[in-house]
Amino acid sequence: MDITLPALRRSAQEMRIDIIKMLHAAGSGHPGGSLSLIDLLTVIMTRYVKRTPDNVSDPDRNRFILSKGHGVPALYAVLAKLGVIGHDELLSLRTIDSRLQGHPHNASLPAVEASTGSLGQGLSIAQGMAMTAKLDSKEYKVYCVIGDGETQEGQIWEVLLSAPMHKLDNLIVVLDYNKGQIDGSTNDIVNLEPLAEKLISFNWHVQEIDGHDFEAIDQALQNTQNYGGKPHFIIAHTKKGKGVSFMEHPTEWHGKAPNDEQAAAAIKELEATLN
Amino acid sequence: MAKATRLSFGEELAELGATHPDVVVFDADLSKSTQSQLFAAKYPARFFEMGIQEHNMIGAAAGMALSGKKPFICSFSTFVVGRFEVIRMSVGYTEANVTVVGTHCGVAIGEDGYSQMALEDIALMRTLPNMTIIQPADDRETKAVVRFLADYDHPAFLRLTRQGLEDVHGDDYTFEFGKADVLKDGSDAVIFATGGVVKHALDAASDLQADGMNIRVVNIHTIAPLDIDYVVQAAKETGKVITIEDHSIVGGLGGAVAEVLGEHHPTRMKRIGMQSYGRSGTPAGLYEYYGLDKNGLKGQIKDFLHKS
Repeated sequence: MDITLPALRRSAQEMRIDIIKMLHAAGSGHPGGSLSLIDLLTVIMTRYVKRTPDNVSDPDRNRFILSKGHGVPALYAVLAKLGVIGHDELLSLRTIDSRLQGHPHNASLPAVEASTGSLGQGLSIAQGMAMTAKLDSKEYKVYCVIGDGETQEGQIWEVLLSAPMHKLDNLIVVLDYNKGQIDGSTNDIVNLEPLAEKLISFNWHVQEIDGHDFEAIDQALQNTQNYGGKPHFIIAHTKKGKGVSFMEHPTEWHGKAPNDEQAAAAIKELEATLN
Repeated sequence: MAKATRLSFGEELAELGATHPDVVVFDADLSKSTQSQLFAAKYPARFFEMGIQEHNMIGAAAGMALSGKKPFICSFSTFVVGRFEVIRMSVGYTEANVTVVGTHCGVAIGEDGYSQMALEDIALMRTLPNMTIIQPADDRETKAVVRFLADYDHPAFLRLTRQGLEDVHGDDYTFEFGKADVLKDGSDAVIFATGGVVKHALDAASDLQADGMNIRVVNIHTIAPLDIDYVVQAAKETGKVITIEDHSIVGGLGGAVAEVLGEHHPTRMKRIGMQSYGRSGTPAGLYEYYGLDKNGLKGQIKDFLHKS
């Protein structure tokens, strides 16, 4: 039976604590985009990808590609929560012998499915996996989270044109739309809007949700399951740094780790939500 | 009969479709030129026309490789290898079992000019630690290489010509991956040549034999991993090394041989190949202009041997 959404919400808060601890231990990394992503990832991986330690290399498994590879602390936290990697291993993030590379590397850790971190590329890999499923008449689905800054990349728009041509209704793209990128606000740098209209005109099945509302996330993903003929695009409005009040800023916490005091304050704030 | 290695490739791939159900083929709107159309005609469900989207073609092929297929992705080499950073991440670092097929290599494509000529593709691909690079020299060798690659489990780059190539191998030829292929013995110098210019190198060396120069000619089909042992051995045996390629002398076969000899057995060397951007012209006219035809090679080889 599926874990209830309130239980998943609590689980995501615990994983936020893991993310803070990992980044603090590593001394570098990307808290803002990991915290904006974790609610989405929790629902996707638990209820839809249904990743377990036993199905990591099952050829018929659902796939998940984190195209915005810098958010990988969130993915490692989820993989640990699901028992695919050890919880103790999380603190090895970004160290020399670790499987937990600074950005996903499938040859080090096959559970991440592909190597990403150069923005724009993971979505094409997801498209290819969805094409294999169609070619082989397999039922598995391919989920892919992309970033909003990443959506400025030309290669993303190649897939936006291409996937509907291949009728990849087994491809579910989720945009972590946190409105921030390194040099400023996404809207000020290269504005994606009006995004939903663009995607609809490109022949995608488009939904727009609050990416921190677990019911909305779950419902949107549920809506993709039996909607045939078009690839799916969920525009999930999120907040960069979500859950740690002083990190909730579009640019301040894109790519820096918390120091001792900041980590302690963040963990204290998150732990208070667990009671 | 002269035959383009892209055509040999297309024919062999279409043959392999029957015995290799995991083989899938991608093209980016150049299937009539790359000859992937021959596979497409026989196996349309396993052929993916990606349109003019080389980045996405590379990535989607990587995704198919990661889910159990054996993709060959085809375009003009400069267009596909030109999307190098996607190959670097999504194929190389990801260890996706994709064969990148780059046709229309070198100035020998002729009239279309530099924008369509791959002159830097070997240099780029050589920097990826796990990228196998193979450039066959005639029809027989190309077909053997395509059969080899269909069963190969690692990222690879196959470099092919637009122009027809005369045979340099007989019926008894066996392709040996990673091994230097000695076409003519000789002890005064050794030529390492690759791809479309191998025949020119062989013809030049045969003419120079009549002038008393006994030059060995070696076809290097596998540029990476290079047959280091043989390169060093031939340098020791002859004392003079010439490389010939229709590619930049920086980072290509010439660069690869120079790196090996610099570390293992410093030897006098002459790298023959491209040192400028290309231009339009007839293929034969361009080979003459850049000194890559038989006479141009003879002149450069003689100069080098007389000076050293």
